[in-house]
Amino acid sequence: MVNIVVNGVERQFDGDEDTPLLWYLRDELGLTGTKYGCGIAACGVCTVHVDGAPAFACVTPVGTIDGAEVTTIEGLSENGDHPVQVAWRDLNVAQCGYCQAGQIMQAAALVDGSETVTDEDIDYAMTGNLCRCGTYTRIRAAIRQAAEAK
Amino acid sequence: MRDTPILNVSRRGVLGGLGAATFVLSVGLPRPGRAQDDEPEFGRDAMPNGWTDDPKAFVAIDADGTVTVTCHRSEMGQGVRTSIAMVVADELGADWERVRVDQAPGEEETYGNQDTDGSRSLRHFFMPMRRVGAAARAMLAQAAADEWGVDVSEVTAGNHEVTHAASDRSLGYGELAAAAMELDVPTGDALVLMDPSAFRYVGSSEIGLVDNMDITTGHTTYGIDVRRDGMLYAVVARPPVYGGRAASYDDSAALAIEGVEKVVAIDPVDFPTEFSPLGGVAVIARNTYLAMKGRDALEIEWEGGPNAEYDSAAYRETLSQAANAPGGTVIRDEGDFDAAYEGAAQTLEAEYYVPHLAQAPMEPPAAVVEIRDGRAEAWACTQAPQVTRLRLAERLGLEKEDVTVNVTLLGGGFGRKSKPDFVIEAGILSQAMDGAPVKLTWTREDDIHHGYYHTVSVEKMSAGLDDGGAPVAWLHRTAAPTIGSIFAPDPKHKLPFELGMGLLNMPLAIENVRAENPEAPAHVRIGWYRSVSNIPHAFAIQSFVAELAQAAGRDPKDYLLEVIGPARLVDPRDQGDVWNYGENPEVYPIDTGRLAAVVEAAAEGIEWGREMPEGSGLGIAGHYSFVSYVAVAAEVTVEDGLVSVPRVSIAIDCGPQVNPDRIRSQMEGAVVMGIGQALMSEITFAEGRAQQDNYDTYLVARMEDTPKRLDVHLVTSHSAYDQPLGGVGEPGLPPVVPAITNAIFAATGTRIRSLPIGDQLRS
Repeated sequence: MVNIVVNGVERQFDGDEDTPLLWYLRDELGLTGTKYGCGIAACGVCTVHVDGAPAFACVTPVGTIDGAEVTTIEGLSENGDHPVQVAWRDLNVAQCGYCQAGQIMQAAALVDGSETVTDEDIDYAMTGNLCRCGTYTRIRAAIRQAAEAK
Repeated sequence: MRDTPILNVSRRGVLGGLGAATFVLSVGLPRPGRAQDDEPEFGRDAMPNGWTDDPKAFVAIDADGTVTVTCHRSEMGQGVRTSIAMVVADELGADWERVRVDQAPGEEETYGNQDTDGSRSLRHFFMPMRRVGAAARAMLAQAAADEWGVDVSEVTAGNHEVTHAASDRSLGYGELAAAAMELDVPTGDALVLMDPSAFRYVGSSEIGLVDNMDITTGHTTYGIDVRRDGMLYAVVARPPVYGGRAASYDDSAALAIEGVEKVVAIDPVDFPTEFSPLGGVAVIARNTYLAMKGRDALEIEWEGGPNAEYDSAAYRETLSQAANAPGGTVIRDEGDFDAAYEGAAQTLEAEYYVPHLAQAPMEPPAAVVEIRDGRAEAWACTQAPQVTRLRLAERLGLEKEDVTVNVTLLGGGFGRKSKPDFVIEAGILSQAMDGAPVKLTWTREDDIHHGYYHTVSVEKMSAGLDDGGAPVAWLHRTAAPTIGSIFAPDPKHKLPFELGMGLLNMPLAIENVRAENPEAPAHVRIGWYRSVSNIPHAFAIQSFVAELAQAAGRDPKDYLLEVIGPARLVDPRDQGDVWNYGENPEVYPIDTGRLAAVVEAAAEGIEWGREMPEGSGLGIAGHYSFVSYVAVAAEVTVEDGLVSVPRVSIAIDCGPQVNPDRIRSQMEGAVVMGIGQALMSEITFAEGRAQQDNYDTYLVARMEDTPKRLDVHLVTSHSAYDQPLGGVGEPGLPPVVPAITNAIFAATGTRIRSLPIGDQLRS
């Protein structure tokens, strides 16, 4: 039995403990905001926060995070008003939008965890988050805006 | 959702029947049911199932005034849900804050053509959607006039209400909706479009995406996100070689896994495969993880079939030999190439290679199908809902009318999701589970291994220059498997629509031009990939022009402009291109002045001609595609053989700009995708199997590959909105790669003729 807190709600999981957190969130809890893209930590669309740090849910077996607090895009803020989310809307960052939950979770960890954010910080922090539509220039701008707004 | 609809959906005649095989129709087959077959049809008129501007199909207004615009085009990142709604809302006189967007199911008898491909949505539907909004506004005005007993000419509709200034009365759209729905739709002179100078939304860059809040809070629904009560989850093990089959399999270990419900064999595919599933063995389980675990436990013996020897390195040699051998089918011939080449002061030859590519949208193919009481319902991230519906019905043995295809958001498409093979797989598996809802997910490995790949190509270019360095002879020989190979048994020549993507309609001012197309059989599924054959054609042509500039000792930008020549209108038919992106060549001739203007704009944007430090350089390329004009100027730096692209300037003239912010975002995305294609993206095959598996081996551009400065220049020669619109989603891509490789030449003196660059610049 694995106990975790997801977006503030206590959950018990008694299935196959190798189950990646991604599929537990999506298929069992119905939290489909966290996306599947690769299954091997190569694209970042499944980025969530585990105990406040960004993690790829696709390679995080549920059995390894007993006692952890998990935050998904649905729980990042009460009303979608985290500075990163606001900046994303201000700048119309998204194209198809599919990768953006992962981008936002990665960016939120960066912005929340840093006093200042440079372009190099952004390249380093965001390198694991793919966007096939190519929204990177706006992601960069939105992170800078969110960091300033914080 | 629609409490008081204006509409009851009208049923316009079903005019076509070939579904998403639109290119077949686009190249000249008559549309079934047409009254007159001698008049060629173009644009939206020529699309299967036609089009409609019936407001009752697209607009609903609730009693509380909420306007719901139904978008019949698939949203895959181009912003079409926002852009279509902007057009309707503007003509309707609606308050943007009270506009919602619904997604149409695949229902061509209601909405007309829904194929979201070919950079056509705004190009084909700007005017119909204007008329939709204007007609609805007129009906609301008439309803108010009737209510007040005044002539409709005395009332004004706008800003979500109708007012009668003389009596200082007004009624909100919500109050008028029920009465308005009873009225006839105005036509002819009764339908008055807004003066474009009054547009509030069209042309504005201040409109947020209608899905912004859902996207940023995780509440969107893509195909992979659909959930139904009692839903099961499936993955499929497919033959690793195109056309192969499972000779035998052992599913005992898979079925021993708790939570694995069933293993189902899917019949192998016959050639031509079109949109059929590839066959294989499916595992259906209680969740996606268990389905994947079950698939891993299958023991399958595969038979390779006719493509088991396909080796892309060897095939490159085959293509090269074909492209270097004279005598292929001549597809364009002007002047006398041979004589001009013989008599030239200087001749050049070059061969350009573009590998297979995978669209690899971030959302892999995924769909849910359930079957109840003889009716199937699908939820799918499809670019082609109508052919999805047809093929799903055929495969399930149902009538089309008994199949509903709900279109979800698409997590990227790029052409992959024009093919409904994955939706049909979900249908087969639902049927195998007595109709229970089944979600079929393609893993990323499935997507990379079993794609509808971008073709693989060798372009052989030969040119002769005169004493002054001007080109007087031009030969382009193109060898590449055709997309037609999925539709017909073993065709070996490119189709007119592929040749019309930048080759036949190459508009450079050269007197003696020949183009040839030798044979090239296909060994994998070939499919549309954003901008399609424009990719290899633009790479070859725009690289070769820069090579000619070098041979002539000229500045590449000046030389490109000279070769584009004086501003003139070129009829593509005069060059052998009867396709012209499906558009009327009299409405859409090639305007070389517009091409030159975007080249100038891109050059200005990058500050062309400035002194560059060692190891850095500027390159430029311009290309006409999807009846739009795009040029890219790139700055590159090469250090220890590694290429970076710190700055790009891209200019587009797509005619009138409906949603400038989304035009910009499409250009930004095209630059990023092009950088990936230039530097790293490639699918190779050995023993018929794709050698890449996932994003760890099929490489695409990441944040650090993205220019620090990316400027988009919107150029237009048309101020009036009644001018024809060009495409936006695809035309940004073709000139990106040659601009980069031309810049690499400027930086290093090394000419890249083979993609991707990879480690070619490492010493």
